[in-house]
Amino acid sequence: MFVLVEMVDTVRIPPWNFHRQLNEAVAEELNKKLANKVVYNVGLCICLYDITKLEDSYIFPGDGASHTKVHFRYVVFHPFLDEILIGKIKYCSQEGVYVTMGFFDDILIPPESLQQPAKFDEAEQVWLWEYETDEGAHDLYMDQGEEIRFRVTDEVFVDTSPTGPATAASDTAAQPGQSTAPPKEDGGEKKEAPYTLILVLLTDPRQQR
Amino acid sequence: MLKNKCLHVLFFILRKNANAAMLSNYEVFKLLTDLKEQRKDSGKHKHSAGQQNLNTIMYETLKYLSKTPCSRQSPEIVKEFLTTMVPHKLTKAEKLQLLNHRPLTAVEIQLLVEESEERLSEEQIEELIHTVTDVLPGDPEQENTAPADTEMDEGGEQS
Repeated sequence: MFVLVEMVDTVRIPPWNFHRQLNEAVAEELNKKLANKVVYNVGLCICLYDITKLEDSYIFPGDGASHTKVHFRYVVFHPFLDEILIGKIKYCSQEGVYVTMGFFDDILIPPESLQQPAKFDEAEQVWLWEYETDEGAHDLYMDQGEEIRFRVTDEVFVDTSPTGPATAASDTAAQPGQSTAPPKEDGGEKKEAPYTLILVLLTDPRQQR
Repeated sequence: MLKNKCLHVLFFILRKNANAAMLSNYEVFKLLTDLKEQRKDSGKHKHSAGQQNLNTIMYETLKYLSKTPCSRQSPEIVKEFLTTMVPHKLTKAEKLQLLNHRPLTAVEIQLLVEESEERLSEEQIEELIHTVTDVLPGDPEQENTAPADTEMDEGGEQS
């Protein structure tokens, strides 16, 4: 579920923090920059693991702060393919079942990956599994808050860096994840989650361990 | 301080490349609880706007992990678990998942271990479940409900 990622970055320590230990100031800045943020093609950053190397600090003309190049390791949430995870159902919609793990929310189970045969109940806005036994068909509901187990089949990283104003020219290269809508429409960019997991539902949602 | 984190032995680190160093849930749980203690002691800076993200992710992740088996593990338990897993010849990812999930039934083993029908016989699966449940501590609440059932059975037989 979690991996350790080695990264290198230049950390800026403002002068009012010079009285602190360099290690602590650097750790705080790194956590401020990365914690609870998604790094493209890496995963959701949780917290700093350790600092492996601190290079010399430099002060540049015009800026009173010190700049230090830091090699460090960060704990990142990045489940591998086919990993089994446990989460709670957030809500259901036509697109599938949305699952949350508390610290990570953008998990989707598309309808094809639910136990078949599955049906969407419009009235209650919930997916249900029509389970056939010898006695007859039972409908097992995917209720909100139910704990479920699922396997990761795919992950989607979307680059949500801001782009310039959309131009009318048709030869603009399409930015990943942004729609080039004319500027008159409000919200010309769709808000997409930077990191989404697509999965397959495993056990019966009603069964608790 | 930061030095304390280095004392903690890492069990699943592969130093091939940055992405291959996997961490068990227990290691992350321990890291976050230690960090929480540290921040509680220092006191001043944790409520500033910049620290809010770290607070949120730490709180949510700890909330999630405290409900999993890793909250009851320790370095000795993990080491013992890995030694008992040696004869079963499982991949690193499978051992990690067994450690994180603590499967109780054969169905769970089949999900976590790839091609388990070909690689493990039924007795081996049973043996694996016994090793896992013996070495890794379970949820005391769940285990208290089981003896209550057996007591009821005995009471029934006596009457």
